[in-house]
Amino acid sequence: MTSVERPKRAGVAAPLATPAPPGRSPRKHSRWSGGELGWAAFFVLPLFTGVVVFYLWPIVRNAYLSFTTFGAFSDAKFTGVKNYVELSADPMLWRSMLNTFIYVGFLLLGIPIALVVASLLNRPGLKFSKVYRTAFFLPYVAMPAAISMVWRVIFNGNFGVFNYLLSLIGIRGPNWLSTEWVALMAVGLVGIWIALGFNLIILSAGITGIPPEMYEASALDGATGLRQFFAITLPLLSPSIFFVSVMTVITGFQLFDLLYALMGTSNPQINNTQSLVYLFFAHFQAGDKGYAAAVGVIIMILVGIFTLLQFRLQKKWVTYA
Amino acid sequence: MRKIFLAASASVAAVALLASCTSGGANGSGDDVADASLSAEISYGFWDASQQPAMEQIVADFNEEYPNIKITSQVTPYTNYFTKLQTQGSSDTLPDVFWINGPNFQLYASNDLLAPVTDAIDPADYPEALNDLYTFDGEQYAVPKDFDTVAVFYNKAIFDKAGVEYPTEGWTWDEFHTKAKAISDALAAEGIFGTASGLSGGQEMYYNTILQAGGYVISEDGVTSGYDDPKSIAGLQFIADLIADGSSPSLSGLSDTTPDQWFVNGKSGMFWTGTWSNAQLLASPIVDSIGLAPLPKGEREATVIHGLANAVASGSKELAAAQAFQNYLGSEEAALTQAEMGAANPAFNESQDDFIASAPWDLQVFLDEADNFSFPYPASLNTAEWNKVENDLLPDAFSGRRPVEDVAAEIADKMNAILAGEQ
Repeated sequence: MTSVERPKRAGVAAPLATPAPPGRSPRKHSRWSGGELGWAAFFVLPLFTGVVVFYLWPIVRNAYLSFTTFGAFSDAKFTGVKNYVELSADPMLWRSMLNTFIYVGFLLLGIPIALVVASLLNRPGLKFSKVYRTAFFLPYVAMPAAISMVWRVIFNGNFGVFNYLLSLIGIRGPNWLSTEWVALMAVGLVGIWIALGFNLIILSAGITGIPPEMYEASALDGATGLRQFFAITLPLLSPSIFFVSVMTVITGFQLFDLLYALMGTSNPQINNTQSLVYLFFAHFQAGDKGYAAAVGVIIMILVGIFTLLQFRLQKKWVTYA
Repeated sequence: MRKIFLAASASVAAVALLASCTSGGANGSGDDVADASLSAEISYGFWDASQQPAMEQIVADFNEEYPNIKITSQVTPYTNYFTKLQTQGSSDTLPDVFWINGPNFQLYASNDLLAPVTDAIDPADYPEALNDLYTFDGEQYAVPKDFDTVAVFYNKAIFDKAGVEYPTEGWTWDEFHTKAKAISDALAAEGIFGTASGLSGGQEMYYNTILQAGGYVISEDGVTSGYDDPKSIAGLQFIADLIADGSSPSLSGLSDTTPDQWFVNGKSGMFWTGTWSNAQLLASPIVDSIGLAPLPKGEREATVIHGLANAVASGSKELAAAQAFQNYLGSEEAALTQAEMGAANPAFNESQDDFIASAPWDLQVFLDEADNFSFPYPASLNTAEWNKVENDLLPDAFSGRRPVEDVAAEIADKMNAILAGEQ
């Protein structure tokens, strides 16, 4: 029941994705009297104001600034599509787009992992399941900056724990965070690790929502654990999985703090590993804010496209019970 | 020992206080000096947490004179300081008084975000190079706080273990390189390198080597890049060579573990850094085996000189209080507090004695360098923009991915384009 509603929330969390989730019928305002409408507006106003001031207005403003040349303190000067023309010729844009896609890919790999862990955690009769759940969820509530400090120590090329363990079996490990491509992989691994807790909670809730009778009935028909997983758990969980994957893609496109804190500003590979948001940040910091705004618009469009795409594709694989 | 400093500086401070009172009355600039009963709340923005105790001591001393001005510190780590400051500057929420540095000064001054210093500040009290750094269109907008030159800290224990002679005054690039290589070779099994220094900005190392090779970063009139000068290239090549033969950790190694951490953990023998590292080194576990030598000589002896300054936001709502605090920060008394606490080498002339005495190593080296062969820190109207070019491209040169001269030529092209846009 609750799991069916989740895709709608995904739509709310991503204001950029406008398609209406399936099954939502347009409200009939005609049934409301004028007074009721007034009250409704009154109650909605505080939230609405917040959304307009902190979400919609910045989006509009940013879109406008992307067509201007806007220095550190100077006023924005309208220069048309200049930023976009320069951006399309900027190799950094394509590289950071590729990096972002790879990172999103990594995060998506985390969903099957979360699925397996979630089904293990929800096996009937498992002891201390709440302890495990808390343990898996902890990284998600910790500050990415704090987590990054710990992982920096683990990944340190000269004195890190990883390379020490590798050295015990005679392998000279790389500088995980400052070697091209390897750094992206390291960031992706930490990303999966952080996201696991969130995905796990959503998927666990979904699994709990599956009626036990279905398993009992299938058991009577002779279905084994694995068969049950594919025939019952997976299809009935598909709305939750869909929600998790929409959220994962959006989070993935917003990669910044983890990357920034993990790699550090003096990292020689930062340009080859940077994400789209990092590209935005780099230009913002260098006082090239119009250009940065254009990068922001591109991120927004990409998130919109991918979310729309997922909502289209879900019809093929998501089962609403 | 420390007690003597305290007593000495306290008495000097008292004299300075008296002196400033009388001079304030005598030269008739009393209008600029705010009334001691002034009541206000102001903020003080700076980035170096290791200098926070000294800054708070200065605030406490200031409050003895102005008990009703409440000052709140805003400490932001350097990596984010200027990003935050820029946002604050755009939204008219700058701290009332804040630290500014050479690369960023002209940007803020040219956008009318800084208030000119008051007449209570006498430029003659500070080194001329620093007054020039903080003067824009003939008007001085910030009061020099400290100054730093760069020298080589070395770990005697590592030199002893590797059987290498300590550096001496007048040493050369070749000697530096030979010693670094010898340490790296002798102590490779322990993971110790000969040298590890910061390459994510120019001040610690590559601006110095460029100058030592006879090159320059930016022309004196600030319109052309010096990166394509063959001498500048030689200065960059020197660093690439150190990394190539293992005298220094790779760029990856310097990024995974910062140069200061290499040094204070006894994993590198030599560390090019400025006076600002003094407080950290005094508190480090290797404090007993640190020595200090001047920078080695290339074609010539050279170091960049830079200093921070205290600026007042022109839009401050408590301008009088902010300027009273700025004046105090520029006073000899505040300079002596900084010096005595080993926080930084104060800019106020003749106030450095306590700073020199704050460490067991010979800090006089920094002052001698400043007097004898210091060059102004390279800056232009929007320094950050071409600093980004340096940071983006130089790693390729230092790591040997691309020939140094190719990278240098590319930097020169991009930097010249940026400088042309500033005119």
